Amino acid sequence: MIYLLILIISFLNIFTTAYAQDITFHGFVQGNISARVTGNETTDPTEGGDYLSGEERLRGEITGGDESTAFNLKVDLVHDSVSDEDNIDIREGYMDYRSDNYDLRIGRQIITWGAGDLLFINDTYPKNYSALFSGQPLEYLKIGSDAAKLSVYSDVISAELVVIPFFEPYQLPDSKRFFLYSPMTITDIKIPREEIENTEAALRVYKQIGRFDTSLYLYRGFYKIPGMRPLSPTDAELFYPQLAVYGFSMQGAFADGVLSIEGGYYDSLDDRNGNDPTISNSSAKYIFGYSKQLWTDLTAGMQYYGEYMQDYNNYEDSLPAGFPKTDQVHQLITVRLTQMLKYNTLRLGLFTFYSPDEEDYFVIPEARYNITDSLWTSIGVNIFGGKDSRTFFGQLEKNDNLFATLRYEF
Amino acid sequence: MGVVDPTILLKGEIMKRYFNILILMLLTFTLNPILLHAEDATEIIKKSQDAFFAQGKDMQARVKMTLLSKSGQQRLRELTMLRKNGTGGEQKYFMYFHNPGDVRGTSFMVYKYPGKDDDRWIFIPSINLVNRIAAKDSRSSFVGSDFTYEDVSGRDIEADNHKYIREESLKEKPCHVIESTPKNPTEYIKKISWVDKATYLPIKDEYYDVQGSLYRVFTADKIEVVGGLSTITKRSMANIKNGHKTEVVFENVSYNVGIGDDVFSERYLRKPAEKWIK
Repeated sequence: MIYLLILIISFLNIFTTAYAQDITFHGFVQGNISARVTGNETTDPTEGGDYLSGEERLRGEITGGDESTAFNLKVDLVHDSVSDEDNIDIREGYMDYRSDNYDLRIGRQIITWGAGDLLFINDTYPKNYSALFSGQPLEYLKIGSDAAKLSVYSDVISAELVVIPFFEPYQLPDSKRFFLYSPMTITDIKIPREEIENTEAALRVYKQIGRFDTSLYLYRGFYKIPGMRPLSPTDAELFYPQLAVYGFSMQGAFADGVLSIEGGYYDSLDDRNGNDPTISNSSAKYIFGYSKQLWTDLTAGMQYYGEYMQDYNNYEDSLPAGFPKTDQVHQLITVRLTQMLKYNTLRLGLFTFYSPDEEDYFVIPEARYNITDSLWTSIGVNIFGGKDSRTFFGQLEKNDNLFATLRYEF
Repeated sequence: MGVVDPTILLKGEIMKRYFNILILMLLTFTLNPILLHAEDATEIIKKSQDAFFAQGKDMQARVKMTLLSKSGQQRLRELTMLRKNGTGGEQKYFMYFHNPGDVRGTSFMVYKYPGKDDDRWIFIPSINLVNRIAAKDSRSSFVGSDFTYEDVSGRDIEADNHKYIREESLKEKPCHVIESTPKNPTEYIKKISWVDKATYLPIKDEYYDVQGSLYRVFTADKIEVVGGLSTITKRSMANIKNGHKTEVVFENVSYNVGIGDDVFSERYLRKPAEKWIK
C-alpha cells in the first residue's frame, strides 16, 4: 500500500512538472450500498450478512499533456464498509504517445470492444461481475488491463494491437457475499504464470464498410472464467485454460434504428476435442442486436445471444455423474428500455436477461436523477431467478438486492 | 389503328400535354400569387438553413448552454462543437463535452445526410466505449435542453410544406415571414419563421402545438459578423407552457479553420486532438 502511494506521488510529481500548463484535475465522492432483500444472510462473520456492498469512494483523476504525449491517472480511494477495509483502486494510469498515423498507450487502461450491450464475445478484457450484480455504477463492470496498446490508422484500414503481460481474471461473485451454487470447496486457484508465452495478445482490424462499422478480431490468451478441477471428493481447484478467439462485429444504421451483429469462435486450446469435462468445449458465439427509438426520449434495444457447443457428444460422455448438464445451444434474450424525462435529469431504465434453455433471468430496473449538475443519485433493484438453482442466474436467486448510489462530481 | 403511324399519335399526345402544362403554368403565375410564393418560401427556408447551419467550409466554436427552469434552477452544459461541410449537403459534426462532470470527456459524432437518417456515435470515457446510437430521434431533447437535435443541426426541408405569409420587420430587420407545416404528424402543427432578408438568418421561430397554441419560441438574441459571416452568437429557446428556457452562447467562433476529415473518426472520438477541442 505504501509503495503504491509512493509510486502514485512520484508519477504525479514527474508529470505535473512536465506538463504544468495543461493539467486538469477532477473527481468525485461516492457512496454506494446494496442490501439483500430476500431475508437471507451469509454466515461469514467478517463479511456479507445482509449487505452485498457498502462503499465510499473518493476519485481523483488527473490528466495532462500536449499533442504528442499525454498521461492519465484515475485512482479511487475506497472504504469498504462491509469488510471494514481500505483499498486503493487504480482504475487507469497510462501514458499516451501520439504520432500522425499511430498511437501508443502504455499502462493500466480500460478497453472495450464489440457490439454487444452487456454481452461480450470479442471483448475478453477484465470485468467485475460482482460489481454488476451488486448494483455498482456500470463503469465498475470494466477493470483496467495492464497492457500496451498500439493503434495504427490509415485511410484504407485501421488496427489496434493489445499486449497484456499480466493476467487478470474476471471477478465473479464469491461465496463470502453471495449465495452461489458450489458443489465443492475451492482450496486453490491457479493463475497463469507471468511468462513470455503466457502474454495475452489481441488484435482488432476495423473499417467502415458502407454505413457499418466493421471489425475483425483475433485473441490468444486464457479463459477469464475458470475451469474447476477436483482434487478430492470434496475439494477442487480453479484454473484458467488457454483460449483463442476469432471473431467479427458490425454495427450500423438499419431500418430507422441501429443493427449490431457480432460473432466469435472460442477455440478451447487445452481441450480441442471436448473430452475434458473441467474445461469448456470450443463454441461458436453470436449476438444479433437491434435498438430503436420508439418515441421521443424512449429507446428500446433487444439482443439475441447464442452459444453453440462443439463436440457435444464428447461433453455428454465425459460429464461426471451428478453435474448439471447444459444444452448444446445456450441462448439469452436481452431487452433494454431507457426513458429520459424532465429535461434528461431523470432516467428510467430497465435491462433484462432471460435464457429460454436454462430458464433463468436477471432483471435490473433503475432510476437515476441528476439533483444538480454535480450531484446525482440512482436507485434500483437486481432481481435474479430461475427454475434450476444451478444455472448462471438461477444460483443467484437468494441475492435479490436493492441498491443506491449518490455521487458528487467536482 | 392499323394505318395510323403510332409515333404520330404519340407526338400529338405530347404536344397536347405540353400545351396543357403551359396554360396551367400561365394561370398559376398570373392568377395565383400564393402558389408563386410557395416556390419562394421553400427557397428562403433553404437559404436560411444554409446561413444558420452551414456557413463556411467548416466551423469551430465553444458552446455554453444555460438551462433555466421556471423555479430558477440553473444547469450548465459546455462543449466544443466542430462542423465540416461535405458535398451535396452532407455534414459532419463533432462535439466534446467539458461540463458538467457526469458527461465530461464524452464525445458525440454525427454524419448528417440530406433526406436520410444520420449516423451517430457516442464515446463514453469511463468504459472507453464507442457505440452507435439510434438516430430516428430528431425531436428528442439535445443534452436535456429546450433545443431538439433538429434545432441544433437543421430539419429536413422536404419534411414540411412552406408557405410565404407576409413581409414584416422584426427588431428593425425587414423579414420574410414563412409558415412551415409538417407533412407527417409531429409534436407541432406549424412553425412561423421570421427570416432576415439581408442575412437569411432566422430571427425568431414560433412553434404551435396540436391545439393551435404557441408553446415554443426561438429567438436570435445577438448577431455578430465573424470572419465576414453573420453569425448568431447568442440564441434561446423558451417553452411558453412550462416556463423552461435554454440560452446558448457561441464563443470563439471561427470559420474555415481547415478541420481535416480524420477529426471525424473513431480515433478522435476516443481521444480528441487538443487543438480542436480547446
